[in-house]
Amino acid sequence: MTTFPWLTVLAVLPLIGALALVFIKGPRARTVGLAFALLTLAVSIVVAIAFDPGAGMQFIEQQSWIPAIGASYSLGVDGMGLLMVLLTTILVPVVMLATWDDPDTTGGRWTSQTFFGLTLLLEGLGLYVFMATDVLLFYLFFEATLIPMFFLIGGFGAAKRSGAAMKFLLFSLAGGLVMLVSVIGIYAVTSGLGNPTYSLQSLQGAAAAGLFANPLGKWLFAGFFIAFAVKAPMVPVHTWLADAAEEASPGAATLMVSVLDKIGTFGMLRFCLGLFPEASLWATPLVLVLALVSVVYGAVAAIGQRNLMRFVAFTSVSHFGFMVMGIFALTSTGIAGSVFYMFNHGLSTAALFLVVGYMVKRRGSADIAAFGGVQKVAPVMAGFLLVSGLSALGLPGLSSFVSEFMVLAGTFAGHPWIAGVGTIALLLSAVYVMNVYQRTMTGPVTEQVARTVHADLTSRERLAVVPLVAIILVLGFFPRPALQLAEPVGAQAVAALQAHGVTDPKPQIPEGQN
Amino acid sequence: MNLTTDYAGLLTAILPVVIVFLGASLSLLAEAVLPQRLRWGTQVVLSLVVLIAALVSALVMWRGSPGSLAKDQTAMVMVDLPALGLWMLLLLFAALSVLLMAEREVYGGVSAFTPSGAAIPGSQEERSAGDARLEHSEVFTLLLFSVTGMMLFLASNDLVMMFVALEIMSLPLYLLSGLARRRRLLSQEAALKYFLLGAFASAFFLFGIALVFAYAGSFHLSVIDSMVGASSLSESVLIAGLLMMLVGLLFKVGIAPFHNWVPDVYTGAPTPVTAFMAVCTKIAAVGGLMRVLYVALGAERWNWQPVLAVAAILTMVVGAVIGLAQTDVKRLLAYSSITHAGYILVAIAGAAQVANNVHGFTSVSAVSFYLLTYGVATIPAFAMVTMVRDNGAEVTQLSGWAGIGRKNPVFGVVMAVFMLSFAGIPLTAGFMGKWAVFAAAFQGGWGWLALVGVLLSLVAAVYYLRVIAVMFFREPVEGPEVIDTSAATLIVVVLGLVGTIVLGIIPGPAMTFFQNAGEFLRLGMM
Repeated sequence: MTTFPWLTVLAVLPLIGALALVFIKGPRARTVGLAFALLTLAVSIVVAIAFDPGAGMQFIEQQSWIPAIGASYSLGVDGMGLLMVLLTTILVPVVMLATWDDPDTTGGRWTSQTFFGLTLLLEGLGLYVFMATDVLLFYLFFEATLIPMFFLIGGFGAAKRSGAAMKFLLFSLAGGLVMLVSVIGIYAVTSGLGNPTYSLQSLQGAAAAGLFANPLGKWLFAGFFIAFAVKAPMVPVHTWLADAAEEASPGAATLMVSVLDKIGTFGMLRFCLGLFPEASLWATPLVLVLALVSVVYGAVAAIGQRNLMRFVAFTSVSHFGFMVMGIFALTSTGIAGSVFYMFNHGLSTAALFLVVGYMVKRRGSADIAAFGGVQKVAPVMAGFLLVSGLSALGLPGLSSFVSEFMVLAGTFAGHPWIAGVGTIALLLSAVYVMNVYQRTMTGPVTEQVARTVHADLTSRERLAVVPLVAIILVLGFFPRPALQLAEPVGAQAVAALQAHGVTDPKPQIPEGQN
Repeated sequence: MNLTTDYAGLLTAILPVVIVFLGASLSLLAEAVLPQRLRWGTQVVLSLVVLIAALVSALVMWRGSPGSLAKDQTAMVMVDLPALGLWMLLLLFAALSVLLMAEREVYGGVSAFTPSGAAIPGSQEERSAGDARLEHSEVFTLLLFSVTGMMLFLASNDLVMMFVALEIMSLPLYLLSGLARRRRLLSQEAALKYFLLGAFASAFFLFGIALVFAYAGSFHLSVIDSMVGASSLSESVLIAGLLMMLVGLLFKVGIAPFHNWVPDVYTGAPTPVTAFMAVCTKIAAVGGLMRVLYVALGAERWNWQPVLAVAAILTMVVGAVIGLAQTDVKRLLAYSSITHAGYILVAIAGAAQVANNVHGFTSVSAVSFYLLTYGVATIPAFAMVTMVRDNGAEVTQLSGWAGIGRKNPVFGVVMAVFMLSFAGIPLTAGFMGKWAVFAAAFQGGWGWLALVGVLLSLVAAVYYLRVIAVMFFREPVEGPEVIDTSAATLIVVVLGLVGTIVLGIIPGPAMTFFQNAGEFLRLGMM
């Protein structure tokens, strides 16, 4: 363990970058922004290399922050935290590269310099969310990420972006405010015992000793869960997502769905399960049913979409349902699969959004019906859409298959019915992906496509998506590195629950070789 | 009983009040003796010096041991740590208000106040006063007297003293509200409305005092406390007195259903005065309210807690829902101020006190801290309203603010920070303040009230965010421009911005400060 504050550096770097972009003028600003994003990526890779998968929370930093209420500036990453950090640091430069000067070339929007600045701001705040090990610190950044996202949607999206930004913010804020009451409740409980604390570690210890094994614990759990359910859009609080994704620019949509929404599932595992084991067990049946509804409803709705961006959004609703299902299956395989899924979904959805963004940019419309036969005009673009689509449907050999399988296997061990119905979505996902690919890419080139889509992807656009596809492929055949990070998280979470009567049935598969 | 009175000791015990009062008297003298051209500058400097001197003396008293304060249990003014803490807030924000009142550049080289308050609006008299460049430099005198009353009000340990202080603080405010340079009829209407309703509220307050006196046989808060349940009269007399006093106190705070004056007076009054009222009056009134309820009527809390809870919910609903319909920035800020009063009342109703076995962040600490976070964003927010002008006239219509953040990004971002703070978004002061008041309610066992408050704060967030959306997402309109200001307003805005962000990121020192001022001193605790 080093004493160098790696995590603070990691989170502050993009914030400095954002500040720098306020002062730098001209086209140089984009390069500087990208440099900061790449530098952050480099630091995160250093952290990943130095990380010891089996050793729990690492790179711990702790500073006194608000002694009056027992809150401290404490950071740390475990396997899940590290995966989320990597996801964030990978996606930010990718989004920058994919977006580059788009905002400047479409009139009436803010400059791409502002886009880069807001993206870096969002990255810094988001990294803090994934690394905070103090409940209040987590909450602070959890809410703070909404503001750059609000401007990213409202400043750059499609025609009705202002309303969509407002809807996004109000939904998230509503969830966040309900959670605030629970955060305050934790203070009231610990302060009532004479020693107010927000430290995740002390709270987890106290929770294991039964601090929240009472009706109040259920209320506090509900506060956290509602916020995270809004964030990781679960039916019935998912309605904001499709509107926000439709109106947002592809880059902003990527950051929103791939990074920010992960806070929902991340928080469910870390805070709902970690702090309120009794209440989590109590709520499991309801949560599993809601997750199942999300899985199936998201898939069915995706089939019915006429807008490409909305389509991607609904596939995500379905996928988030899987992640929640894996977490609340309460088996180590399910949770590990879910954590891995969070990472994979981030990559494949980012690829989908970005490629769809390329299509929309060329065609000038996001309607599925506006496309047809694009394959012949832009074969590379079609190829990328196919690969990212296949990743979304969980084709074997691509990384999302591994995680989806683990989630289903882990759920099946404890809740065979839930997992059984969930597999329907695998079928549906094949339908929605192939359907969209067929209608947009194959067939004769339509007149409008021939008129508007002149060029295939530029090398910059390819360069942005290639890393994503590469990681998806590599982790599809060789998931070991990611699973090494995810599996201890699952084992640890279930071990903490075993005191409350949770058994950990192992699915009958040779682990890690799927 | 010692019959020789130690006057010097008595005066030093309330030194900050004495400084402000002497300063106010001196300022009055200056009005009488100084030639007109010297008055304005002298008054500005004098007011600032007096307020800062009082602030320093309060700080020195704070740093002295708390035991040295208020040894006299029969004192009519109780200088305990909460009083000192609130005094410091009051003096700080009053000083910022003075800076706003001193601003001239924004108004085209003249002050925000009418050249002749007595002249009929639009008359020849008014024009000639304007041509002669007359100025009401006594606005600073009025402000200092008002601050004296406010300081006494929140520290009063005696109901008669409290009533006197209430009048000292209110009368100058009525006058100040009526002195706007532009839209004078509106301003005068506001002043008259404020005066009439305020007089009603005072009457209620006074009658409440009489009933409480009838019940307890004393005006002294600690004695009233000891008499609760021990009087020969029926408790209903006490409850009737309590409710009538509440009418007077809640009126001053701007709590529904006694809030109707707030939007009109805030809109009509000169904007610097509005900023002063929105913050300083609130500090004083909230301080007095808490003292009466916690010190004198703590044993009655089962009776007043539900009343306050209902009033708090009503206030938050009115502030949030009616605020949604506002199209005028100043009115919007007025409803915002009503909403914030509602949050404060949530903490007061929660009554998290050491007396009720709450030892962490008590209601008094939470409310004091909240007032700091509220004031630090409110005064500069009003200052920024004065800066948006079209042909010299203040543009308060929200539609006039369209796209102003794109024309002038610095202005837009700064205003957005204040709006986010009002909405209680983290990394701004407003969030920590909101955390504190709702935590106090939760600790007092009123978790559900905190939940209601938090949900209503979502409704209120809509209109703050709409201001941001209008400033940044709409296309700019012709006409309204952001005017350059003198250093005075600039200082206020910069201090407010820095304060809002620092309190949002490192609230630790300020929270510890007010945690130390968690309880009023009372009989039996000394």
